[in-house]
Amino acid sequence: MTCSEFLAMLDDLIDGSVAQDVRTELEKHLGTCEHCEVTFSTTKKTIQIYRSHELYEMPSGLSERLHAVIKERCKKGC
Amino acid sequence: MATSIPVAEENEQHPDVALVERVRGGDVSAYDELVRKYERQVFRIAQHITQNREDAEDVMQDAFLKAYEKLDQFQGNSKFYTWLVRIAVNESLMRLRKRRSGRMVSLDEDVETEEGSVPRDLADWDPDPEQNYSQTELADILRKTIQGLPPGFRVVFTLRDVDGLSTEETAETLGLSVPAVKSRLLRARLQLRERLSRYFRRRKASNSGTGGSK
Repeated sequence: MTCSEFLAMLDDLIDGSVAQDVRTELEKHLGTCEHCEVTFSTTKKTIQIYRSHELYEMPSGLSERLHAVIKERCKKGC
Repeated sequence: MATSIPVAEENEQHPDVALVERVRGGDVSAYDELVRKYERQVFRIAQHITQNREDAEDVMQDAFLKAYEKLDQFQGNSKFYTWLVRIAVNESLMRLRKRRSGRMVSLDEDVETEEGSVPRDLADWDPDPEQNYSQTELADILRKTIQGLPPGFRVVFTLRDVDGLSTEETAETLGLSVPAVKSRLLRARLQLRERLSRYFRRRKASNSGTGGSK
């Protein structure tokens, strides 16, 4: 397997959506190619970091304002 | 696992459908529940597209009001959340357009870039790279990094990897084909990885010690 072939399957490997025989091939490549191993592990880490950090906290009071607006709108016709 | 019954799956109803039914029956508190459930995600998507807090606040409000008004048009064959996010994405793009004095804005902007399609920075990262930064510094790095991506990449990455939508749901939400979502997701992931590498790569030990330095 070449690095380009590995890269084309990278997302499927990360998302766990590859068949067992393909996975075995990909893992075999990882065992012999340090570059692809780094790309694989750091891409997984990238996703994990973004998933575990909220970048945009809702401003305080926004939720209450939104609920008030919806309630007001409802009075007019719901 | 091999014993799953397809009929049961077909009949399985998403809890949001019951809430929508209650709203249609005049129960406003059920809509409040839907708002509470999704307000954070809607705000986040609006921020990612507009990159402006005021706009994101307006988008969030407008999206929930519009969804409420158009609730009759919600078919129930897609998830309420994907339907809602589609409204929020359109509202965000409209808001962005206003800011750019009417110039057309779409999620296809700058997606032709080749950047990130081939990994260049191949240095390994610290085992726990977040530890080298304070929470505030880290949040700044993550925001700055994702803001550098084209909007179409940011949104696909956020829906797919942060919100956890499937590829098909992301495609439906954004009106893109499944291959387009897949291609954007791979490039978004690789571009973010490449850019974060600058901050997270393993630092050489300054003295004779082994392992990364702080």
